[in-house]
Amino acid sequence: MAKDDKVMTDDDVQVVAFKLRNEEYGFSILNVQEIKGLTDITRVPFAPDFIKGVINLRGSVLPVIDLKKRLGLEDTPYTANTRIVIVQYDEVSVGMLVDAVTEVRTISAADIDTTRAITSGTDSSSKFISGIGKVDGRLIIQLNISEIIGLSGEE
Amino acid sequence: METNQYMEMFLDESREHLQSLNDGLLSLENDPEDLSVLNEIFRNAHTLKGMSATMGYTKTAELTHDMENLLDMLRKEQLKVSEEIIDVIFKCVDALQEMVDNIANGDGEDAVDVSELVRMVNAIAKGESVAQAEAETGVKLPGTPAEPAAEPAKSQMPEGCELNDTDMLVIREAKNSGLIPFWVHVEIADTCLLKSARSYMVMNVLDELGDVIKSVPPAQDLEQEKFDHSFDVCLVTDADAHKIEEGVAAISEISAVKATEIVLDAPKKAEEPKAAPAAKASTPAPKAAPASKAADKHPAANGNGKHDKKVHVGGQSVRVDIEKLDTLMNLVGELVTNKVRLEQIGMTHRLTELTETLEQMDRVTTDLQSVVMKVRMVPVSQVFNRFPRMVRDLAKELNKDINLTIEGEDTELDRTVIDEIGDPLMHLLRNSLDHGVEHPDDREAKGKPRTGEVGLIARHEGNNVVIMVTDDGAGINADKIRNKAVEKGMISREEADALPDADAVRLIFLPGFSTAETITDVSGRGVGMDVVRSKIESLGGHVDVETKIDEGSVFKIKLPLTLAIIQAMLVKVQDEMYAIPLGSIDSTINITPNDIKTVQNKEVIVLRGQIIPIARLNEVLSVPQGKSNEEDDIFVVVVHVGDHKIGIVVDNLIGQQEIVIKTLGKLLSGLKMLAGATVLGDGHVAMILDVSALM
Repeated sequence: MAKDDKVMTDDDVQVVAFKLRNEEYGFSILNVQEIKGLTDITRVPFAPDFIKGVINLRGSVLPVIDLKKRLGLEDTPYTANTRIVIVQYDEVSVGMLVDAVTEVRTISAADIDTTRAITSGTDSSSKFISGIGKVDGRLIIQLNISEIIGLSGEE
Repeated sequence: METNQYMEMFLDESREHLQSLNDGLLSLENDPEDLSVLNEIFRNAHTLKGMSATMGYTKTAELTHDMENLLDMLRKEQLKVSEEIIDVIFKCVDALQEMVDNIANGDGEDAVDVSELVRMVNAIAKGESVAQAEAETGVKLPGTPAEPAAEPAKSQMPEGCELNDTDMLVIREAKNSGLIPFWVHVEIADTCLLKSARSYMVMNVLDELGDVIKSVPPAQDLEQEKFDHSFDVCLVTDADAHKIEEGVAAISEISAVKATEIVLDAPKKAEEPKAAPAAKASTPAPKAAPASKAADKHPAANGNGKHDKKVHVGGQSVRVDIEKLDTLMNLVGELVTNKVRLEQIGMTHRLTELTETLEQMDRVTTDLQSVVMKVRMVPVSQVFNRFPRMVRDLAKELNKDINLTIEGEDTELDRTVIDEIGDPLMHLLRNSLDHGVEHPDDREAKGKPRTGEVGLIARHEGNNVVIMVTDDGAGINADKIRNKAVEKGMISREEADALPDADAVRLIFLPGFSTAETITDVSGRGVGMDVVRSKIESLGGHVDVETKIDEGSVFKIKLPLTLAIIQAMLVKVQDEMYAIPLGSIDSTINITPNDIKTVQNKEVIVLRGQIIPIARLNEVLSVPQGKSNEEDDIFVVVVHVGDHKIGIVVDNLIGQQEIVIKTLGKLLSGLKMLAGATVLGDGHVAMILDVSALM
């Protein structure tokens, strides 16, 4: 399922790399709309727990996903580097709360390992991962946006 | 031909014509003798045929063609209008509707199987008409050719219309076999957009009447729209000039048509066309004047204001993509948000100059907002006009006599609301017909007229629009509802018995409730009323029912005029801000903790002698507890949904404000208690409470 993600079919993929705790993750740049500094996030009662709340993005209301919570990682306090990465998938725009955005990298498809053997986190969160890219000895974990947004509706 | 750019117009117009067909058929059913209605129906069918043929939808064209034949026979009284025939035509209209819908969805027209219908239509046309038709046309035919002959009209050759020898030969031959050659001059309305389509339709009509020998400009140019607003056709036919004119004039957007018999004076023929450039001046007036008068008069005489109306409307209105309106609305929304923000800045910094300017701006934005809002307003007739047909069909199916009365169909509602209320209304009507109105015999036994009255009434009520579905049927038996609810385990026997009748009846809005003893495919699948309710409530509306045994029921839907911008009260709970729509607020009061009493472990307050339950917003919304609120002052916002009231306990009242409602998006759709979100003047997002969910 994750294999047919857009990220995997192109030869070279550009990813927006960002940090969650001390691990590096990435979204395909094709899905990233913009990167925003931390603004006020309004809590939404009765929303799934991984949804941090909503923000005002130039007049429209956008949900923000707490990515660490979504991936089952431990929470860390906000820092000056905390960013909201706005991604668009299937006409849905969502903000993703990340600890820091590091860079935009090009990774060749050959350097992306799609086997699940070394996925981090618990089993339930492995479906969020579509592959692991190797760049200069660093590992950038590719995320499967559709699963993270969860429109498939497992909640 | 490039058809894509005409697709939308085709679909729009087809739908309009289908709607008029439906309306026409309904009135025809009521008054089968009314020829003008029949003519109108015929014209609609005819236009539809021409349009679909032009667009290359042959199946649609074929079906309309057969339908048109049948209508034509009715019109000529070769067939009598009967219920069966009307039923068949209704079926055709349904099939056409489906085809058009399929075309709109991009499925093409082939998905609908019409062969059976076509066969049926043809069978009716043939089976009954042959003998009569023969007799009638047989009488008419000999008379027809004689008529124009008795009226010796000189040939009026249009400019540049030269008949070559081959044409002459054909014409002469035709004449010998008793046919008459005509020059038909057709003028298309200036506003016509699809000139080629109209000309195609004209050619089609003429083709049916006889043989088209030539046209000026040639057919190819007509197809490519290489002509001005008029063209000429040479036709040999057995019909008379009037019939030709009538046939062509029936097509929309044809402003004038004139048929002139071609008189062949063999030696002259070469000269006359040559003199054609000057022919206009030398045109013999006697025939021309009456002919054009007849053409002008004809459409009006038959009550066909269609093309007149179109010309009129064409100059004053524009079709706009609804998306563009939505964008405009969003932009206005943002303007309002920013205006509020500026007002706050002006207030905090006490800038009188800014405040004054803002007052001006306020007026402009308010006007702008109301204009945009008005643009989005659509009369409810858009939804209502499909119901007469539905009610008719359903009444037939159920063997009931129903008279549907529609009132206030010009009441306007926001486009988004209009799109959504169709299904709930349909459901309510179906219910009224199925469960409400009794069978004619039962009605008679009760001393009521056999015909049941069902009403669909829309009207303004303050800032709301109220739509009522009424019937004079059996009413809803509260005890039956109570029993059913207990039986289904929705409430306990004690609870049920404690409920006053009015409240018991409201149980029908609970999920999984259906009282029909026999489940029909009309209603009673148990998904009924709760779906209606949730739909209406999702639109910010409210539905209620009043009923009296044997007198009938009234379902009352209250809807906000618009969904986009509302007045709201902003309240604060801990650090969170919420908006409560002003429309549902009764009052705000200030109480002390001592004013809160408990009844059966539920907190209530007494307000003007009324016991009102209260809900603490911080608990209901599980707001993270910050500082504990030990103050003596408690603010309560009393809200109502229908007759129910509830007090919402909040920490602070911020004030009244105009807010722009934004959806929470796909990801957060369907959250209870929330009706959406709004961006406040300071850029923060606040949730809008769905008050009805608190009840």
